[in-house]
Amino acid sequence: MTSIPINHALILAAVLFLIGAVGVTVRRNLIFVLMSVEIMLNATAVAFIAAASKWHQPDGQVFVVFILVTASAEVAVGLTLFLRIYHGWKSLDADEVSLMKG
Amino acid sequence: MNWYFYISGIVAVIAALMVVTRANAMQALLYLVTVFLAIASVFWTLGAPFLAALQIIIYAGAIMVLFVFVVMMLPERAERPRSMTWAIPAILVLVLLVQFILAVGTKGTPAGTVISSKAVGISLFTEYVIGVELASLLLLAGLIAAFHFGVLPERQEAADD
Repeated sequence: MTSIPINHALILAAVLFLIGAVGVTVRRNLIFVLMSVEIMLNATAVAFIAAASKWHQPDGQVFVVFILVTASAEVAVGLTLFLRIYHGWKSLDADEVSLMKG
Repeated sequence: MNWYFYISGIVAVIAALMVVTRANAMQALLYLVTVFLAIASVFWTLGAPFLAALQIIIYAGAIMVLFVFVVMMLPERAERPRSMTWAIPAILVLVLLVQFILAVGTKGTPAGTVISSKAVGISLFTEYVIGVELASLLLLAGLIAAFHFGVLPERQEAADD
Protein backbone atom coordinates (compact mmCIF):
# COMPACT_ATOMS: atom_id res chain seq x y z
CA MET A 1 0.00 0.00 0.00
CA THR A 2 1.47 3.32 -1.04
CA SER A 3 0.98 6.35 1.15
CA ILE A 4 0.59 9.91 0.00
CA PRO A 5 3.80 11.99 0.19
CA ILE A 6 3.55 14.57 2.96
CA ASN A 7 4.84 17.22 0.55
CA HIS A 8 1.70 16.98 -1.55
CA ALA A 9 -0.60 17.26 1.46
CA LEU A 10 1.36 20.27 2.72
CA ILE A 11 1.20 21.88 -0.74
CA LEU A 12 -2.58 21.40 -0.71
CA ALA A 13 -2.75 22.98 2.77
CA ALA A 14 -0.60 25.91 1.63
CA VAL A 15 -2.71 26.53 -1.48
CA LEU A 16 -5.96 26.45 0.51
CA PHE A 17 -4.48 28.73 3.19
CA LEU A 18 -3.34 31.17 0.50
CA ILE A 19 -6.80 31.25 -1.10
CA GLY A 20 -8.34 31.92 2.32
CA ALA A 21 -5.80 34.64 3.15
CA VAL A 22 -6.41 36.37 -0.18
CA GLY A 23 -10.14 36.19 0.52
CA VAL A 24 -9.73 37.76 3.97
CA THR A 25 -7.67 40.65 2.62
CA VAL A 26 -9.51 41.27 -0.66
CA ARG A 27 -13.19 40.80 0.18
CA ARG A 28 -14.95 43.61 2.03
CA ASN A 29 -18.20 41.84 2.97
CA LEU A 30 -17.81 40.53 6.52
CA ILE A 31 -19.67 37.28 5.75
CA PHE A 32 -17.14 36.50 3.02
CA VAL A 33 -14.28 37.37 5.37
CA LEU A 34 -15.60 34.83 7.89
CA MET A 35 -16.00 32.19 5.15
CA SER A 36 -12.37 32.78 4.06
CA VAL A 37 -11.25 32.39 7.69
CA GLU A 38 -13.03 29.04 7.75
CA ILE A 39 -11.10 27.97 4.64
CA MET A 40 -7.85 28.98 6.35
CA LEU A 41 -8.73 26.97 9.47
CA ASN A 42 -9.49 23.95 7.29
CA ALA A 43 -6.13 24.34 5.54
CA THR A 44 -4.31 24.21 8.88
CA ALA A 45 -6.35 21.13 9.78
CA VAL A 46 -5.15 19.45 6.57
CA ALA A 47 -1.55 20.19 7.57
CA PHE A 48 -2.12 18.70 11.05
CA ILE A 49 -3.71 15.55 9.59
CA ALA A 50 -0.85 15.17 7.11
CA ALA A 51 1.67 15.37 9.96
CA ALA A 52 -0.34 12.86 12.00
CA SER A 53 -0.37 10.37 9.13
CA LYS A 54 3.35 10.95 8.47
CA TRP A 55 4.44 10.07 12.03
CA HIS A 56 1.57 7.66 12.79
CA GLN A 57 0.68 9.59 15.94
CA PRO A 58 -2.84 10.63 17.01
CA ASP A 59 -1.66 14.02 18.36
CA GLY A 60 -2.25 15.82 15.08
CA GLN A 61 -5.83 14.60 14.98
CA VAL A 62 -6.36 15.77 18.59
CA PHE A 63 -5.32 19.25 17.55
CA VAL A 64 -7.78 19.14 14.66
CA VAL A 65 -10.51 18.44 17.24
CA PHE A 66 -9.43 21.62 19.05
CA ILE A 67 -9.51 23.52 15.75
CA LEU A 68 -13.11 22.34 15.29
CA VAL A 69 -14.06 23.58 18.77
CA THR A 70 -12.40 26.96 18.19
CA ALA A 71 -14.02 27.36 14.78
CA SER A 72 -17.51 26.60 16.06
CA ALA A 73 -17.22 29.07 18.96
CA GLU A 74 -15.73 31.68 16.65
CA VAL A 75 -18.46 31.32 14.04
CA ALA A 76 -21.26 31.54 16.63
CA VAL A 77 -19.87 34.73 18.22
CA GLY A 78 -18.81 36.24 14.88
CA LEU A 79 -22.15 35.79 13.17
CA THR A 80 -23.99 37.21 16.18
CA LEU A 81 -21.71 40.24 16.08
CA PHE A 82 -22.42 40.62 12.35
CA LEU A 83 -26.15 40.72 13.09
CA ARG A 84 -25.50 43.47 15.63
CA ILE A 85 -23.29 45.38 13.16
CA TYR A 86 -25.95 45.12 10.48
CA HIS A 87 -28.58 46.34 12.95
CA GLY A 88 -26.50 49.39 13.84
CA TRP A 89 -24.84 50.34 10.54
CA LYS A 90 -27.28 48.82 8.00
CA SER A 91 -24.20 47.49 6.23
CA LEU A 92 -21.72 44.63 6.42
CA ASP A 93 -18.92 46.44 4.59
CA ALA A 94 -15.67 46.13 6.53
CA ASP A 95 -14.53 49.62 5.44
CA GLU A 96 -17.71 51.32 6.61
CA VAL A 97 -17.61 49.82 10.09
CA SER A 98 -13.85 50.40 10.59
CA LEU A 99 -14.38 53.51 12.74
CA MET A 100 -15.49 52.76 16.27
CA LYS A 101 -17.38 55.20 18.41
CA GLY A 102 -15.53 55.30 21.69
CA MET B 1 -5.21 4.56 -4.20
CA ASN B 2 -3.40 7.90 -4.26
CA TRP B 3 -5.63 9.50 -6.84
CA TYR B 4 -8.51 9.80 -4.37
CA PHE B 5 -6.42 12.30 -2.45
CA TYR B 6 -5.55 14.32 -5.53
CA ILE B 7 -9.12 14.46 -6.88
CA SER B 8 -10.43 15.56 -3.47
CA GLY B 9 -7.69 18.16 -3.19
CA ILE B 10 -8.41 19.56 -6.66
CA VAL B 11 -12.13 19.74 -5.86
CA ALA B 12 -11.32 21.56 -2.59
CA VAL B 13 -9.09 24.11 -4.33
CA ILE B 14 -11.62 24.77 -7.13
CA ALA B 15 -14.47 25.20 -4.65
CA ALA B 16 -12.35 27.46 -2.40
CA LEU B 17 -11.52 29.68 -5.37
CA MET B 18 -15.23 29.90 -6.19
CA VAL B 19 -16.09 30.82 -2.56
CA VAL B 20 -13.65 33.73 -2.62
CA THR B 21 -14.77 35.04 -6.02
CA ARG B 22 -18.60 34.82 -5.73
CA ALA B 23 -20.71 37.96 -5.42
CA ASN B 24 -23.80 36.31 -3.92
CA ALA B 25 -23.37 35.04 -0.35
CA MET B 26 -25.79 32.13 -0.72
CA GLN B 27 -23.96 30.92 -3.84
CA ALA B 28 -20.65 31.14 -1.97
CA LEU B 29 -22.15 29.03 0.84
CA LEU B 30 -22.93 26.26 -1.65
CA TYR B 31 -19.26 26.21 -2.64
CA LEU B 32 -18.20 26.44 1.00
CA VAL B 33 -20.05 23.24 1.89
CA THR B 34 -18.33 21.64 -1.11
CA VAL B 35 -14.97 22.73 0.33
CA PHE B 36 -15.84 21.15 3.69
CA LEU B 37 -16.93 17.86 2.10
CA ALA B 38 -13.81 17.74 -0.10
CA ILE B 39 -11.59 18.36 2.92
CA ALA B 40 -13.42 15.60 4.81
CA SER B 41 -12.57 13.34 1.86
CA VAL B 42 -8.93 14.46 2.10
CA PHE B 43 -8.91 13.59 5.81
CA TRP B 44 -10.27 10.15 4.99
CA THR B 45 -7.60 9.49 2.37
CA LEU B 46 -4.90 10.63 4.83
CA GLY B 47 -6.01 7.97 7.32
CA ALA B 48 -8.25 9.99 9.64
CA PRO B 49 -11.78 8.52 9.27
CA PHE B 50 -12.87 9.85 12.68
CA LEU B 51 -11.91 13.42 11.83
CA ALA B 52 -13.57 13.07 8.42
CA ALA B 53 -16.83 12.19 10.15
CA LEU B 54 -16.41 15.07 12.63
CA GLN B 55 -15.66 17.44 9.76
CA ILE B 56 -18.92 16.52 8.03
CA ILE B 57 -21.00 16.63 11.23
CA ILE B 58 -19.65 19.88 12.66
CA TYR B 59 -18.52 21.92 9.65
CA ALA B 60 -20.86 20.76 6.90
CA GLY B 61 -23.69 20.30 9.40
CA ALA B 62 -23.68 22.75 12.29
CA ILE B 63 -21.51 25.64 11.08
CA MET B 64 -23.14 25.69 7.64
CA VAL B 65 -26.59 25.91 9.27
CA LEU B 66 -25.42 28.94 11.25
CA PHE B 67 -24.08 30.62 8.11
CA VAL B 68 -27.22 29.89 6.10
CA PHE B 69 -29.51 31.25 8.83
CA VAL B 70 -27.54 34.47 9.24
CA VAL B 71 -27.30 35.06 5.48
CA MET B 72 -31.05 34.53 5.22
CA MET B 73 -31.70 36.95 8.12
CA LEU B 74 -29.73 39.73 6.41
CA PRO B 75 -31.85 41.41 3.72
CA GLU B 76 -28.73 42.65 1.93
CA ARG B 77 -28.35 41.93 -1.78
CA ALA B 78 -31.81 40.61 -2.39
CA GLU B 79 -31.39 40.18 -6.15
CA ARG B 80 -32.30 36.71 -7.32
CA PRO B 81 -29.32 34.66 -8.50
CA ARG B 82 -29.41 33.24 -11.98
CA SER B 83 -30.98 29.82 -12.33
CA MET B 84 -28.78 26.71 -12.37
CA THR B 85 -26.25 28.26 -10.01
CA TRP B 86 -26.42 25.01 -8.06
CA ALA B 87 -25.13 23.00 -11.05
CA ILE B 88 -21.35 23.43 -10.55
CA PRO B 89 -21.38 22.65 -6.79
CA ALA B 90 -23.63 19.68 -7.53
CA ILE B 91 -21.12 18.37 -10.11
CA LEU B 92 -18.22 18.84 -7.68
CA VAL B 93 -20.05 16.99 -4.89
CA LEU B 94 -21.03 14.27 -7.36
CA VAL B 95 -17.33 13.80 -8.22
CA LEU B 96 -16.60 13.37 -4.51
CA LEU B 97 -19.46 10.90 -4.11
CA VAL B 98 -18.39 8.77 -7.08
CA GLN B 99 -14.77 8.57 -5.97
CA PHE B 100 -15.87 7.79 -2.40
CA ILE B 101 -18.09 4.93 -3.58
CA LEU B 102 -15.24 3.60 -5.73
CA ALA B 103 -12.79 3.88 -2.82
CA VAL B 104 -15.10 2.10 -0.39
CA GLY B 105 -15.93 -0.57 -2.95
CA THR B 106 -12.39 -1.51 -3.91
CA LYS B 107 -10.57 -1.66 -0.59
CA GLY B 108 -11.51 -1.09 3.02
CA THR B 109 -8.88 1.51 3.79
CA PRO B 110 -7.52 4.41 1.74
CA ALA B 111 -3.84 5.11 1.19
CA GLY B 112 -1.66 5.63 4.23
CA THR B 113 -1.89 4.19 7.70
CA VAL B 114 -5.21 4.62 9.46
CA ILE B 115 -5.16 6.12 12.97
CA SER B 116 -8.23 4.70 14.68
CA SER B 117 -10.75 6.78 16.59
CA LYS B 118 -9.80 4.74 19.67
CA ALA B 119 -6.21 6.02 19.56
CA VAL B 120 -7.45 9.58 19.09
CA GLY B 121 -9.87 9.25 22.01
CA ILE B 122 -7.26 7.78 24.35
CA SER B 123 -4.82 10.57 23.49
CA LEU B 124 -7.53 13.21 23.84
CA PHE B 125 -8.65 12.12 27.31
CA THR B 126 -5.25 11.30 28.81
CA GLU B 127 -2.51 13.60 27.50
CA TYR B 128 -4.76 16.43 26.36
CA VAL B 129 -7.45 16.35 29.04
CA ILE B 130 -6.56 19.93 30.07
CA GLY B 131 -7.24 20.94 26.50
CA VAL B 132 -10.65 19.30 26.64
CA GLU B 133 -11.46 21.27 29.80
CA LEU B 134 -10.32 24.51 28.15
CA ALA B 135 -12.38 23.67 25.07
CA SER B 136 -15.47 23.26 27.21
CA LEU B 137 -14.78 26.64 28.86
CA LEU B 138 -14.33 28.22 25.42
CA LEU B 139 -17.63 26.78 24.20
CA LEU B 140 -19.38 28.05 27.34
CA ALA B 141 -17.89 31.51 26.78
CA GLY B 142 -19.01 31.40 23.14
CA LEU B 143 -22.52 30.39 24.20
CA ILE B 144 -22.77 33.23 26.72
CA ALA B 145 -21.33 35.76 24.26
CA ALA B 146 -23.71 34.71 21.49
CA PHE B 147 -26.63 34.92 23.90
CA HIS B 148 -25.52 38.34 25.14
CA PHE B 149 -24.97 39.87 21.70
CA GLY B 150 -28.01 38.17 20.19
CA VAL B 151 -30.46 40.29 22.24
CA LEU B 152 -30.81 43.79 20.75
CA PRO B 153 -30.46 46.64 23.31
CA GLU B 154 -33.95 48.12 22.87
CA ARG B 155 -35.56 44.70 23.18
CA GLN B 156 -33.50 44.18 26.33
CA GLU B 157 -34.87 47.44 27.78
CA ALA B 158 -38.38 46.44 26.75
CA ALA B 159 -37.91 43.10 28.48
CA ASP B 160 -36.65 44.80 31.64
CA ASP B 161 -39.67 47.13 31.91
